[in-house]
Amino acid sequence: MQERVNKKLSSIGDKILHWRDSVNDGLLNTGQVVLFLGNIFRESFTRHFEFREFLYQCYKIGYKSLPLISLTGAIMGLVLTIQSRPVMIEFGAVSMLPGMVSVSLIREMGPVITALICAGKVGSGIGAELGSMRVTEQIDAMEVSSVNPIRFLVVTRVWAATLMIPLLVLYADAMGILGSWAGTNIKGDVSFTLFCAQAFGILEFIDFVPALIKTFFFGAVIGLVGCYKGYHAGRGTESVGLAANSAVVVASLLVIVVDMIAVQITDMFTT
Amino acid sequence: MSAKTKQEHNANAVIAIEHLSKAFGSLKVLNDLSLNLFPEENLVVLGKSGSGKSVLIKLIVGLLKADKGSIKVFDQDVTTLKRDELDVLRQKIGFLFQSAALYDSMSVRQNMAFPLERIRKDLDEKQRTEKIMEVLESVGLADAVDKMPSELSGGMRKRIGLARTIVVDPIIMLYDEPTTGLDPSTSDEISQLILDVQKKYKTASIIITHDIACARIVANRLLMIQDGTVYKEGILKDFETSDDKIIQSFFKSI
Ligand SMILES: Nc1ncnc2c1ncn2[C@@H]1O[C@H](COP(=O)(O)OP(=O)(O)O)[C@@H](O)[C@H]1O
Ligand SMILES: [Mg+2]
Repeated sequence: MQERVNKKLSSIGDKILHWRDSVNDGLLNTGQVVLFLGNIFRESFTRHFEFREFLYQCYKIGYKSLPLISLTGAIMGLVLTIQSRPVMIEFGAVSMLPGMVSVSLIREMGPVITALICAGKVGSGIGAELGSMRVTEQIDAMEVSSVNPIRFLVVTRVWAATLMIPLLVLYADAMGILGSWAGTNIKGDVSFTLFCAQAFGILEFIDFVPALIKTFFFGAVIGLVGCYKGYHAGRGTESVGLAANSAVVVASLLVIVVDMIAVQITDMFTT
Repeated sequence: MSAKTKQEHNANAVIAIEHLSKAFGSLKVLNDLSLNLFPEENLVVLGKSGSGKSVLIKLIVGLLKADKGSIKVFDQDVTTLKRDELDVLRQKIGFLFQSAALYDSMSVRQNMAFPLERIRKDLDEKQRTEKIMEVLESVGLADAVDKMPSELSGGMRKRIGLARTIVVDPIIMLYDEPTTGLDPSTSDEISQLILDVQKKYKTASIIITHDIACARIVANRLLMIQDGTVYKEGILKDFETSDDKIIQSFFKSI
């Protein structure tokens, strides 16, 4: 009896210790994130901005993603159009189809789908690159040669992602509208000018601006998460894969969360 | 140099470490370790793997934070310096990583230019190129200047890594296992290079190794780490003639 009670007590003790450890880890991580963000902020506004590396990252994040974004954007528009068409016909509102598709593209589908694809491509790319630089001591090498790796590696990538993702989203929107025009022409015959007139006739300022603003946050989230995961990769080669993987998971999740917050805020201002 | 007593030296040591301790969680790596490095000497630090040799030199350049003790480099305590002060100090220290740590995404030339562009802002493009070629020649790899790191062999990577650190004229060099993983003849070449650097650039160096062949070539003085602290300190002969089991096991294995 005594023994069993002791056992029970010690297992409870273990649990409490374990729990305390995870709380400690959590606090430590929170501290690390805050420190990381603070460093990035400070290093973003020095006169030693690494402009050449920034441009190179813009090229890598922006230009190199164009083929992927072209394809997904166009297919998004096409599929949306084909699927909505029967419903619109039922309501006798086929002429509303281009407008409806462009509104949903520009407001929601374009930004979110593009951001999620970039979380996969750009986020994992940054996570793996910085992760392998951490594991092979390249980040340490940079640090001991008096170059701040946050300034050279992280700040450039975060800003490049923050500025390039919105451009990619605009581009995806355009490709989506083209795809939609192609979609309307599978079973109908609408000239491109008429299509555009129908599409942009409905669009309002309020469709564009909040959607555009949130894409900057998507970009920042993707850049920050990728850099954080890579920069803080553990020791040993398996950490590289882990960094890339968790960069994608966390960035995708945060994109959805930011989107939800953005929608709430927009809603507050429009009703 | 090694003949003088410790006390006499402390004044002019370029690195003076006192009562240094470092632990990772419950793992005590260094425990009350003290050592000095003097101008223009090659100090070989021996120790079996996992004994904290890499941790020691990472503490010296401030890549890791010490738990206890002081690390004075040119009379400045690394453990209390601010980031920008540390950056200035680091410009005088060259660090050759065990893996060479070449920047994968950059060519050899860009690897060399990377520290040079940022530290020696007084040089123009042409002077930089001259400097890069001069240093590459001194490690015997001038023709690799436009190669990518992935095209280089292990020995070549080490040499380029060495070239990248000496291109900014360091006064102290820290070598982390410079010959580990290389074949014997390449090892000897690297050891010779370490001697050349000492002569040509008048550097003081800490060479971490468990390669006795390398130690025999480069060492002016040796020091062995065991259980997180200095186990024995002396010249090569002291070690070779020692009848201590642990030291013998190190020297006999060759
Ligand atoms: N950043 C770190 N975090 C946790 N443990 C570490 C870290 N760096 C080194 N260690 C541990 O410290 C011990 C000594 O490591 P190290 O100095 O690399 O040994 P070596 O003498 O072979 O160079 C090892 O057990 C290693 O696992
Ligand atoms: Mg080591």
